[in-house]
Amino acid sequence: MNKLRIIYNGLVTENPTFVLLLGMCPTLGTTSSAFNGMGMGLATMGVLICSNMAISAIKRLIPSKVRIPCYIVVIATFVTVLQMFMQAYLPSLYATLGIFIPLIVVNCILLGRAEAFASRHTVIDSMFDGIGIGFGFTIALTMLGTVREFLGTGSIFNYGIYPETYGSLVFILAPGAFIALGLMIALFNRIRQKHTDHA
Amino acid sequence: MKKGDSLLKMVISLGVITCISAALLAWVYSITADPIKQAEREKQAEAIKAVTPVYDNDPIAEEDDVMPVGEPAPLAVFPARRNGNLVGAAVESYSSDGFSGEISVMYGFDINGNVTGYEVLNHTETPGLGDKMDEWFRDSLSTQRNIIGKDPAKTDMKVSKDGGDIDGITAATITSRAFLDALRRAHNAFIQYRDSEKR
Amino acid sequence: MLEYLSIIITAIFVNNIVFAQFLGICPFMGVSRRLTSATGMGMAVTFVMAIATCVTWILQNYVLVPAGLEFMQTIVFILVIATLVQMLEIILKKITPALYQALGVFLPLITTNCAVLGVAIIVVRNGMGLTQSIVYAVATAIGFTLALWIFAGIREQLELTDVPRPMRGVPIALICAGLLAMAFMGFSGILIK
Repeated sequence: MNKLRIIYNGLVTENPTFVLLLGMCPTLGTTSSAFNGMGMGLATMGVLICSNMAISAIKRLIPSKVRIPCYIVVIATFVTVLQMFMQAYLPSLYATLGIFIPLIVVNCILLGRAEAFASRHTVIDSMFDGIGIGFGFTIALTMLGTVREFLGTGSIFNYGIYPETYGSLVFILAPGAFIALGLMIALFNRIRQKHTDHA
Repeated sequence: MKKGDSLLKMVISLGVITCISAALLAWVYSITADPIKQAEREKQAEAIKAVTPVYDNDPIAEEDDVMPVGEPAPLAVFPARRNGNLVGAAVESYSSDGFSGEISVMYGFDINGNVTGYEVLNHTETPGLGDKMDEWFRDSLSTQRNIIGKDPAKTDMKVSKDGGDIDGITAATITSRAFLDALRRAHNAFIQYRDSEKR
Repeated sequence: MLEYLSIIITAIFVNNIVFAQFLGICPFMGVSRRLTSATGMGMAVTFVMAIATCVTWILQNYVLVPAGLEFMQTIVFILVIATLVQMLEIILKKITPALYQALGVFLPLITTNCAVLGVAIIVVRNGMGLTQSIVYAVATAIGFTLALWIFAGIREQLELTDVPRPMRGVPIALICAGLLAMAFMGFSGILIK
């Protein structure tokens, strides 16, 4: 399989946030700013690459009946490793993302990729799938975080664009998360429809 | 995947994977345990340094728990000394009356009980409203907001809405009350600590 | 008593698990198309959340902490939840086939419902006692069911509405959820003392 093709697939065709609509909880919960969204995306991507590779490597050794519990153990292991490293070396980001770090375990994206891709492909292909999907997730979270931060506080990555007092606070709060994501998915749908209409 | 996987094989493979995970985690835990403690200590030390008068001792090593009269829980007091004489202290205080939960703040006092600084350690207040307390109460341009240099024994540390001397955060009165509530608690603890030391 | 009332009100309304804490969004979006399935899912989650929180709390405080194995928390908790769900499925099938009929399809979905693992971790992080934890878990699950109910009602109406094509389905549902979250913000700041 073409490696670039796999990455493109994860970024656009099967974008986990805008197309597959997976992993909504961290998408909504951690994107109050562009930086937080990116941090969460990268953390998930790291775990996804590792778990994809590990699962692909041991896929022949696991009896099919217990494969799901095995996948969960592998994913939970990498999540805990990440959790400990973040606590040690990035304590402030760890504090901001809070409970969403251990909850990467139940992010449907990871188990979904393990079942749909890693259990059927080679280690190297699985790694590229992890990169593609992880990158697609990171981009989506960063975009959502940027939009919310810009509308809510008037800055992007903490860099002020317009005065904070003109910002609409609701976009930083819970309702804004739902509404911004809804509008972004609609926009993505619209672009894809245009593509298919023309083709 | 072969058909008819035996129960034994399933148990063994799941067991082996769990054991490998546990071993890996134990190893990562052993190498990150110290940096995690270090990061927590540093955060605390930075907050103490930011709020107290200049000192030459190690306030964390001299940490003392003070039980203010009429309070349910003790507060941690970190005494700051120069040449062995008490010059002030940092007090880690809290208030459970925040808008959406508990807030915890490190307050600094000089020997006379004047506020020398504060550092918000933890809160779950509304982003964009309540979390403005990080900066609000030390705005040197506004004497009505600023608590730095004031003595809680002489100034009425209540929001002006409640007839006090301090201007609360716009649209976040509950957070402001909680902040001043925590300050009052910290001040009581400090005075108690200072007076017990003098004797 | 007042303490428990405060936990209950906070968990159901003020810090609603879906609208304020962003947990359990996947089943929230997936099973809120019909009122009947929303009820089934809500009951299944309440059941699993109460038992899972109880078991993980005991494991955390009597096994992991004394043994110094706190770093195994995530693995142990998720395995406990997955096993519990499996066991419940088997037990329900044998004892009350009627209840199994009603809840069966939702049970496998619960393993990956982050609200269940989320609550188990939150009670441990906040240092709650066992009774408090169980009260919190049940109240949170009720909050989840309430959110699911309200939302299912709205979505049944939404299907009859003419929505612009790119907005159909999930996008318009998300925007409705945003408006509901705004309504729930009205509860914030409620303190019971």
